[in-house]
Amino acid sequence: MSKAIKIMLAGEGGQGVQSVAEILAEAANEEGRQALYIPNFGVEQRGGVSLAFVQISDDPIGSPKFQTGDVVVALSDRAVYRTRQYVGPETTYIYDSGMQGAEGELPENAGRLLGIPAIEVAKKEFHPRVFNIVILGAIIGATDAITLKQARAAVEKKLGYKFAKEPSLRDLNFAALERGVGLVRTSPEPGVATRVNADSDGAGGKARAAESHVSSHSLTGGQS
Amino acid sequence: MQLQPAMPRSWRVDTKPHKFCPGCGHGLILKCLGQAVDELGIEDRVVYGCDIGCSLLSWDFFNLDTVQTHHGRTTPVMTGIKRARPELICIAYMGDGGGYSIGVQHLVSSVHRNEKITVVLANNTQYAMTGGQMAPTTLPGQKTETTPYGRDPEVTGFPFQGPEMVSAIAREGAYVARGSISNMRQLTGYLKKALVNQIEGNGFSFVEALSACPTNWRTNASETWSFIDKEMHGHFKTGEFKTPGSGQGEVRADE
Amino acid sequence: MLQKVIQEEKRAFMTGNEVVAWAALAARAEIMFGYPITPQNEIMHYWTRLAPKYGKSFLQTEDELSAGFAAAGGVMSGRKAFTATAGTGNILMQEPLSMAEMMRLPVVAVIQQRGGPSTATVIYSQQEVNLTTMGGNGEGLRIVYSTATHQELYDYTIKAFNTAWKYRFPTFVLGDGYQAKMREPLTLYDPEARGIQLVEQEPFVGQKGSPGKDRPPAQYRNTYNLEEELFEKLMSDVRDYEKIIPELAEFQSSGVEGAELAIVGHGVVFRAVREAVNVLREQGIKVCYFRPVTLRPLPVPQLKSLAGEVKKILIVESAYGQLARLVTEAVYGANAEIHTLFKPGVGITSGEVEARAREILQKPLH
Repeated sequence: MSKAIKIMLAGEGGQGVQSVAEILAEAANEEGRQALYIPNFGVEQRGGVSLAFVQISDDPIGSPKFQTGDVVVALSDRAVYRTRQYVGPETTYIYDSGMQGAEGELPENAGRLLGIPAIEVAKKEFHPRVFNIVILGAIIGATDAITLKQARAAVEKKLGYKFAKEPSLRDLNFAALERGVGLVRTSPEPGVATRVNADSDGAGGKARAAESHVSSHSLTGGQS
Repeated sequence: MQLQPAMPRSWRVDTKPHKFCPGCGHGLILKCLGQAVDELGIEDRVVYGCDIGCSLLSWDFFNLDTVQTHHGRTTPVMTGIKRARPELICIAYMGDGGGYSIGVQHLVSSVHRNEKITVVLANNTQYAMTGGQMAPTTLPGQKTETTPYGRDPEVTGFPFQGPEMVSAIAREGAYVARGSISNMRQLTGYLKKALVNQIEGNGFSFVEALSACPTNWRTNASETWSFIDKEMHGHFKTGEFKTPGSGQGEVRADE
Repeated sequence: MLQKVIQEEKRAFMTGNEVVAWAALAARAEIMFGYPITPQNEIMHYWTRLAPKYGKSFLQTEDELSAGFAAAGGVMSGRKAFTATAGTGNILMQEPLSMAEMMRLPVVAVIQQRGGPSTATVIYSQQEVNLTTMGGNGEGLRIVYSTATHQELYDYTIKAFNTAWKYRFPTFVLGDGYQAKMREPLTLYDPEARGIQLVEQEPFVGQKGSPGKDRPPAQYRNTYNLEEELFEKLMSDVRDYEKIIPELAEFQSSGVEGAELAIVGHGVVFRAVREAVNVLREQGIKVCYFRPVTLRPLPVPQLKSLAGEVKKILIVESAYGQLARLVTEAVYGANAEIHTLFKPGVGITSGEVEARAREILQKPLH
């Protein structure tokens, strides 16, 4: 019996957390694997932290929600608070290194803390709206939960109607996806990331981080 | 010369005499309804529904397909039948408790949606089957088991004006009238027009019939008729409130 | 000519609410009556999008009373009618479904359980077991399928229409908010292409011919004047119901023989139970699972024999003892110890089931 990969995402409304979760699960399904995605939902239609639970496996999947994620992604300071309970010693914790106010709150018990400048990269190199696609890439980079090829197909399926109107968006999204993979693949080992980001209150740290990722782009080019 | 038959053809002979109390108004209303069905020759298309309350005693009254439902719920059951099989003619028969109290949301909503069904409601100013409690239609000062000192409108409201409410919210195409067992020719005419309205697919149709309950009123024959003619007619105006083609009354959309 | 909704089998990845809408179409349901309540709303959303394409209809009623009674009217007119609800809507639904029980109406209702009591949460629970199995002022003469996966949601929604029309008892598909909202793969299929015969519907009222001339009038009531009259009618229904229990009761179990502990769960919680049992068995711990698929009728003989086979039973549910009450009653007199893991209104993971099982068996994880 293979173990399911458990991925949990949390962010603010509009950050595209649910889209990322859906693309991940759809892509796994397209590969013929078992996949389960469930959003958290409540009476608040707007304004709460948006949570998504995704599981991917080759065997039937157990309960829809889980206690501890293999990967936990927090995209805002509120999301950091909200996700702490889902982190364990084996968890890879991905967060946006540019967010303010949550640095001291990061779950130190996580197996691996990966701070990535996804918001900044999206804004500077692509477009702020592909932020979630960068995150999708980062999750794939950290887990190999789905192949990059399948991710592209799932993005195509989800956004194809937009690409049809403006074909340049396709390249933009696919490049953002690969950039996301690269951000994680070249991230320093556990502990280092935490330190780098703890220090990165000035622009210097972020610039350094961004710089170190530029070269990674070609590295991930052949991942598909 | 053709004689008026003693019983409408659409009545079931084998279940007569019926189960209503002596002097009850239901038998008279159902006679008018039976005649309307006879005259229209629709007995093989009618589904008759009755409520809980004394109206339920009519579950085997007619030679018509019949469903007896819950208190106030005949309207949605007939709505369901009509929506599923629009070719059927659906008649929901109920009392004032069923239509104006426990099932009033169904009445209001079916009027609002302009359901192509016919609701016939017997108004006898109180809950009869349960033993004579106050109904929405109880007259001011009228004594019932739950208003033993007479209904005080300050406390429990004035008599519910059903056809007035229905016609106020009904759309063009609806037919709304109030008749009385004291004028059966008129009542039969209203019921027939209501059914025609459904057959023609114009819209919702509603007839309230002023009825009698000598058992709970504790009246003899002359007192019963006097209560209907003097007391009830004083509070409940008979006549047609809305007919197809009469427009939307005062409520008009801006051009 | 009837249009096949599913031309060929296909794998789909969708929410449970969408699954229900497709299954109702595949079962040739004709009309849905519904009233908005979370988490079942998307059943209506999908049905209203799909239905007109296949000549089916929908009515949004003023409340669940009306939805249930209109569905009763729909089936009486000879159409496959259904409704869906949850929570406080399920409370209102018990009035029409009591009538359906009394008049033997094949109404199908899909319940997506949410937190209770009262408004509680719109999210999830297994707290509508009492209501769905035994709600109403009667004897619970109804059939309740509790699903665990989207495939089952599809299979059992189709089956519910067949069961209802074959046996003429109201039939429920008991899901929950998780199943309603989550997405997972399943295979959509045309039931007839798989050899599942769809039971034909027959009108109760509005049949051919003139009543009183060509045929007796069809007259249905739920009121009885005499105690004896009611008793006779009810006992005839009870006998009908009891006769079909062996055909209806469904369960799923594994590893019972030689097991020390049996873990019992239903619906979506069964997924966690199965996973926990698999993990524990891999570690050589003698556990098994038993899952009632029908909560009404319950597979009583099988539960009894389970309770004779194992020393201990652990009942797991997202409610505070609603399943446990049914199970303990069924196994009454057996020697097995009963243990519980109750988390009303909250999801249960395999880890929690595993931990509780270890606690009961005194086999801590080092």
